Amino acid sequence: MHGFFAALTLEDFIARTISSLAKLPVESETLLLIAFLAAAFTHAGLLLGLFGGLPVFYIWLERKVAGRIQDRLGPTRVGGSFGWLQTIADGIKLIQKEDLVPKEADSLVFRMSPYLATIASFAAFMVLPICDGWIAVAAECGAFLILALMSLEVLGIILAGYSSGSKWALFGAMREAAQMVSYEIPMAICALIPLMIAGSLNFQVIGRMQSGGFWNWFILHDPFTFLAFFCYFTVATASVKRAPFDLAEAESELVAGFHTEYSGFRWSIFFLAEYSSMFAVSAVAALLFLGGWHDGLGIDSVLESLFRGTGTGLVDGFSLGSYVVNVFGAVVLITKACLLVFVQIWVRWTLPRLRIDQVMTTCLKYLVPISCFLFLAAVLWPLTLVTMFSRPVIAGPAIGERALSQSTASARDTSERLGAAR
Amino acid sequence: MGEVGLSAYLMVGAVLFVCGVVCMATKRNGIGVLMGVELVLNGANVNFVAFSRYTSLGLDGQTTALFVIVLAAAEAAVALAIALNFYNNHLTIDVDRGNELQG
Amino acid sequence: MIEQLLFYVFAILTCGGAIAVVATQNVVRMAFWLVVSLGSVAALFFLLHADFLGAAQLLIYVGGTVVLLVFGVMLTASGPYTTIKTSPAEGIIGAAVGVMLLMVLVSSIGNVDWIAISGRLPSSPESPSAADATRKAHAEESLVNSGSTKALSEFNANQQQGRTVRQLGLSFLGLRPDRNLKEGGANGLAPGYFLPFEIVSVHLLVVLIGAAYLARAKRRAVSEDRVSLD
Repeated sequence: MHGFFAALTLEDFIARTISSLAKLPVESETLLLIAFLAAAFTHAGLLLGLFGGLPVFYIWLERKVAGRIQDRLGPTRVGGSFGWLQTIADGIKLIQKEDLVPKEADSLVFRMSPYLATIASFAAFMVLPICDGWIAVAAECGAFLILALMSLEVLGIILAGYSSGSKWALFGAMREAAQMVSYEIPMAICALIPLMIAGSLNFQVIGRMQSGGFWNWFILHDPFTFLAFFCYFTVATASVKRAPFDLAEAESELVAGFHTEYSGFRWSIFFLAEYSSMFAVSAVAALLFLGGWHDGLGIDSVLESLFRGTGTGLVDGFSLGSYVVNVFGAVVLITKACLLVFVQIWVRWTLPRLRIDQVMTTCLKYLVPISCFLFLAAVLWPLTLVTMFSRPVIAGPAIGERALSQSTASARDTSERLGAAR
Repeated sequence: MGEVGLSAYLMVGAVLFVCGVVCMATKRNGIGVLMGVELVLNGANVNFVAFSRYTSLGLDGQTTALFVIVLAAAEAAVALAIALNFYNNHLTIDVDRGNELQG
Repeated sequence: MIEQLLFYVFAILTCGGAIAVVATQNVVRMAFWLVVSLGSVAALFFLLHADFLGAAQLLIYVGGTVVLLVFGVMLTASGPYTTIKTSPAEGIIGAAVGVMLLMVLVSSIGNVDWIAISGRLPSSPESPSAADATRKAHAEESLVNSGSTKALSEFNANQQQGRTVRQLGLSFLGLRPDRNLKEGGANGLAPGYFLPFEIVSVHLLVVLIGAAYLARAKRRAVSEDRVSLD
C-alpha cells in the first residue's frame, strides 16, 4: 500500500490508534489491512456525506434566495417555518417516480450517462482538501487532477443528450459540449496564475502558503491575481452551467435541455452532480485565491495556542489542539465556498440569460484573451518589482521564503509531536 | 492472487493493442477506425509506463507516454477534420466508400 | 493486497471496455465503452505511480479526445443511431487474426525475462563495469544502489510515491534530476527533452490551425456553389 493510495493519512492514524489501544505492533499485516479498509470506508463515508449533504442545503438555499429576490417567501411548510426539509421531501418524491426510458432512446447509454456525470463530479471531491491534511488523496498534482476530473462531467451530459433520442436533448447536449469544452481553457489558465505563484500543484502546499493574515491570500498577492479571481469565478460559473450561462437547459427555448427525457432518480442525480460541482469549483476558488482553510484574522493561531499540547498522550501522533484547529479550518473553507455558491445563486436570479452565440463570444473573444493577458502580466509582475525595488513583493516575505519557513515549521512540528508521543 | 508484475501490465497492453488493431481493420465507420487508433496508442502507453515503473527506464517511459498522449490528441483533431470533410463529400462516414482514387 | 485487487478490477474494466468497443456496432455505445476503457487505463497509471500521467490521460484523452470523437459521431450521423454493419465474414476473420496476434504477443511476453533485458539498456544509469552484476540482480534494486548521490535517492523515493510532476517538468526543460551526470550517456551529459517538447508545442499549433482550416474550407466551398447556382 503505497504510491497513490499511501496518501491516505487516516490509514496510518487508525493503525496507530488500534495498535496503541490494543498494544499491538503496527507492522502486523492484517492489522494494516483492517486499518486501511476502515480508513477507506471512513473517508468514503465522510466525502459521500459532504457530496450528498451540501447539494441538499444548496437546493434549499436556492429556493429561499430565489423567493426573497422575487419578493416571495420560498418554501415555508415542510420542517418548520423555514421549510428546511423541503429538499428531502422533494428527494423522496423523486425517488418514487417512475424510471422512464423513451422508446427512441439508446437504453444502455441513456441509463448509464447520469452515473458517468455523477462519478466525475464525486471524484473531484477525492482530491479536494477540506483542511490541512484532511484530504482523501494527497496527490502531488492535485490541482491538475481536480481540473481533469471536473472536465469529465461533460461526457456524461453529451452522452445523455445524444442517447435520449429527442431534439431538445440533442440541442442541449451540443450547446453544453461546446460551452464546457471552450470554458475549460480560460478556467485552466486562470487557475494556473496562483499555481504559478505558489510553484506547486499540491493543494496542501498552496494552502499552507496562504497562512497568516488575509494579506497573504493569493487574491491580494498582486493586482493581476485580484483580477484573475473574478475571471476565474465567471468562468467557473459558466463551466458548471449556471445562469447566465445555462443555455444547455434553457427552459424557455429547449424545454429542459439535455435532461428533458429524464425522470425520477436519474434526473435527481444530474442535479446532485450540478450542485456538488458548484461547491467543488467554489472550494477550488477559495483554495487558490481566498486563503483556503485560513480565516485570515488569526483566529486559528489563537485556537492553536489555546489548545497547544492538550490531549497528546491519548494516541500516537494525535493532539487535540491540531484537531480543533483542523475542524475550525474545515468550517472556514466550507463557509468560504458556501459564500461563493451564494453569489452564484444570487447572480442566477438577478441577471438575464445570454444567447448561445453571446456565450461563445464571451468565452473565445473576451475571457480567453483576458486570462492569457493576466497570466502573462502575473509572470512579469515579480520581475518588474525586482528591477524597480530589487525585491519580488511590495511588502512582507516573498512567497518562496514563506513556503520554506512553513515547510520547516510544519516538519519540526510533526517531528516534535511524534517525538513527544514516542 | 500473485504479485502484480510487469508481465500483467504488458498483458493488458497487448489486449488493448489487439482490440485496437481488430477495431481498425473491421470497422467501416470512420469514427470507429479512429477509436481503434486510440486503443492502440493506449496499449503502447500502458507498456511504456509499466516499463518505467518496473525497469530502469525510469522517467523516460513516462515522458514518452506523455508525448504519445499529446500527439494522439493532435491526431484525433486532424482525423476528425478529415472525417468531417469526408462526410461532406460522400454524405456518409463509411470508409469503404472512399475509393475514388482507385485507378 | 489492495493494490492487486485494484489492478485486477481496472485491468478487467480496461480489457472488457476495449473488447466491447470492438464488439458493438453502434457508434455511441462504442464511445461509451471507450470512455470506460480509457478511464480505467488512467487508473492503471495511478497504480503504476505515474500520477501526473494519469491526470493527463483523464484531461486530454477522456475529457478531450473522446469528447471530440462524440462530436464527430454527432456531426457525421445521417440517421438517429447510425450503425454501419460489418459483414459477419469480415468479423470472423478479424476476430481470428486478432486472437492469433494476441497469442503471439502473450507467448512473447511470457517467454522474455524483461528485468534481465532492461539491465542492458544503453541509457541505464549504472556504469558499464557494474553491468555484469546488475544483470543478475533486479534492475530496480541496482538503480537504488548505484544512485550514490543524495538527489538520485531522493528522486527514487519521490518516484516510488508517484510524485513525478517536478521531474517531468524539469526533463521537459532539458534537465534530468534522475541521472548522475558523471555516469550518464556517451557524452557525459544526461539527455533532456527540451527539443522534443518545443517541437510538440509547435506541432500542436500547426494542428490547431490545420484542423480549423480543414473543417472550415469545405463549408465555404458549398456556400460559394450555392451562390453560383443562384
